[in-house]
Amino acid sequence: MGAGHRHQLYRPGNTVVHRLPPQCKLPAVAAFAVVVVATPREVFWAFGVYALLLAAVASVARVPASFMLRRMVIEVPFVVFAVALPVIGLGERVEVLGLSLSAQGLWAAWNILAKATLGVMASILLAATTEPRMMLLGAQRLRLPSLLVQIAMFMLRYMDVILDEMRRMRVARESRGFAARDVRHLPVLAKSAGALFIRSYERGERVHLAMLSRGYNGSMPIMNDATASARSWATAALLPAAALATAVLSWSVS
Amino acid sequence: MHVPDGFFNAPVSIAAGAFAATGLGVCLRGARRELDDRTAPMAGLVAAFIFAVQMLNFPVAAGTSGHLLGGTLAAVLVGPYTAVLCVAVVLLVQGFFFADGGLTALGVNITLMAIVTTVVGYAVFRLIVRSAPRSRTAVSVAAFAGAAVSVPVAAMGFTALFWVGGTAPIDVSSVAIAMGGVHVLIGLGEGVITALTVSSVLAVRPDLVYGARGLKAPLVLRTAGGQSTEVTPEAAPEPARSAWPLLAGGALVAVLLAGVVSFYASSSPDGLEKVASDKGLNTHQESHPLGGSPLAGYGGKAVGDQRLAVGVAGVAGVGITVVAGGAIFYAVRRRGRVADRARA
Repeated sequence: MGAGHRHQLYRPGNTVVHRLPPQCKLPAVAAFAVVVVATPREVFWAFGVYALLLAAVASVARVPASFMLRRMVIEVPFVVFAVALPVIGLGERVEVLGLSLSAQGLWAAWNILAKATLGVMASILLAATTEPRMMLLGAQRLRLPSLLVQIAMFMLRYMDVILDEMRRMRVARESRGFAARDVRHLPVLAKSAGALFIRSYERGERVHLAMLSRGYNGSMPIMNDATASARSWATAALLPAAALATAVLSWSVS
Repeated sequence: MHVPDGFFNAPVSIAAGAFAATGLGVCLRGARRELDDRTAPMAGLVAAFIFAVQMLNFPVAAGTSGHLLGGTLAAVLVGPYTAVLCVAVVLLVQGFFFADGGLTALGVNITLMAIVTTVVGYAVFRLIVRSAPRSRTAVSVAAFAGAAVSVPVAAMGFTALFWVGGTAPIDVSSVAIAMGGVHVLIGLGEGVITALTVSSVLAVRPDLVYGARGLKAPLVLRTAGGQSTEVTPEAAPEPARSAWPLLAGGALVAVLLAGVVSFYASSSPDGLEKVASDKGLNTHQESHPLGGSPLAGYGGKAVGDQRLAVGVAGVAGVGITVVAGGAIFYAVRRRGRVADRARA
């Protein structure tokens, strides 16, 4: 377990993007998202430039488009909402293909779709090129509260264990002919949740004792301390810098 | 309910981010008191549990199903501070690893789903547990009420943020009705499953339920002769806990919030005016159903109104903060006393 099991979110590779220290990538992606959100929605070409920037990063990192598209399914609920916006939006109406749509609703739908899609793509690229363990190491190096980082570390490490436990409980329920169909079946699900909590909590106690007996004193030892050079910072800053230049241009144009 | 990027404008995202960061800071200190050096592993495992339980779909009505948010459940089971941290970590992991919820919307997501649900749910829970007789049923009922209230309140928080800085041109009242209606139903489901889960844990390991610590029966010693003596734990002297750091922190939060809110209020007219000038008319403002309220109309009116709006927003922000801070302060004091009693 210490070796870090591979996640389906992570695509191992040895490209420039993969090799960048995580403490550089995290702020770069966050800054990129902020710049995208701050861009006025009327400037269509700016969003095209952002998409091209992300595509460039993806091609450098050798992340195939099919992988990105599969992961972008997470966005679907808000796509549905965005599609509904022009229909239910306020303001003046415009005729599009025989439908009366709200002009502002169209703008808002475009705004949410474009910005959310770019944000999701950036996050996917980050997760695809950074091992979860390394990402947390990067967060630690960025001086995030160590307690928060440790909690996230334990969560990531035991997430699959807990999910598997839940899956086994579901298999056990279903092999006994249970299917949650209406409200009367809630007590069964709730008892499963209760049992899962007790198992998780007791596992936490065991983990804590095991760690204490191995010399845990409240902070995790750092195994590979990757320091970031000025060069890697500069490389990581390329994406947000290019985005910022685009945004500044778009502000001055609009 | 994970808000993506671009749903709220930049000022609201930043203000919510500052609020979330402050709240997390408070909870990091509080969680250490709830769990001491066990915090990291225990909270990590509980966060994994919350993550798993959010995947547990339960049937709400015919054909539709909802899933648990888990804020109140976590607060009742492990205490409010740890609960906020756990749900926040779940949201952070979902944002950074699963691309679920925008990175710039993390502040909004953490504020609504981690802080508001947990604080409101736990406050309602404590209120009922304190006034009701000590029993497991009371704890379960209180857990139900806490969870059932917390979800619509979070939805209303979303609506309020949407009112201040949403990017979609939908009637705020219709958003309120839609969000409120749906989330009252979801809240009921959440309440039922929270209460049932809490009661099932209470039946097996009552010592694990943080919210049921008051249920511990006193130790009774019986001799062979039939004499029974109740061992009353010695009351430990109340530690002199200074209120100043908390008050100073609260004031800081208030100032921060008021500052950011008024920053927003001063920048907002530009945004509204921009929309109005883009469209060449102010139909938007006229069609606003809440046009009489101080925040709604200030975009098109004179500077005096703007100042008023800034003032109202600032005062409202500080008021909310004082109430929230007071609630946290009260909870911390009570917790301290309960913890001392338990230690003795």
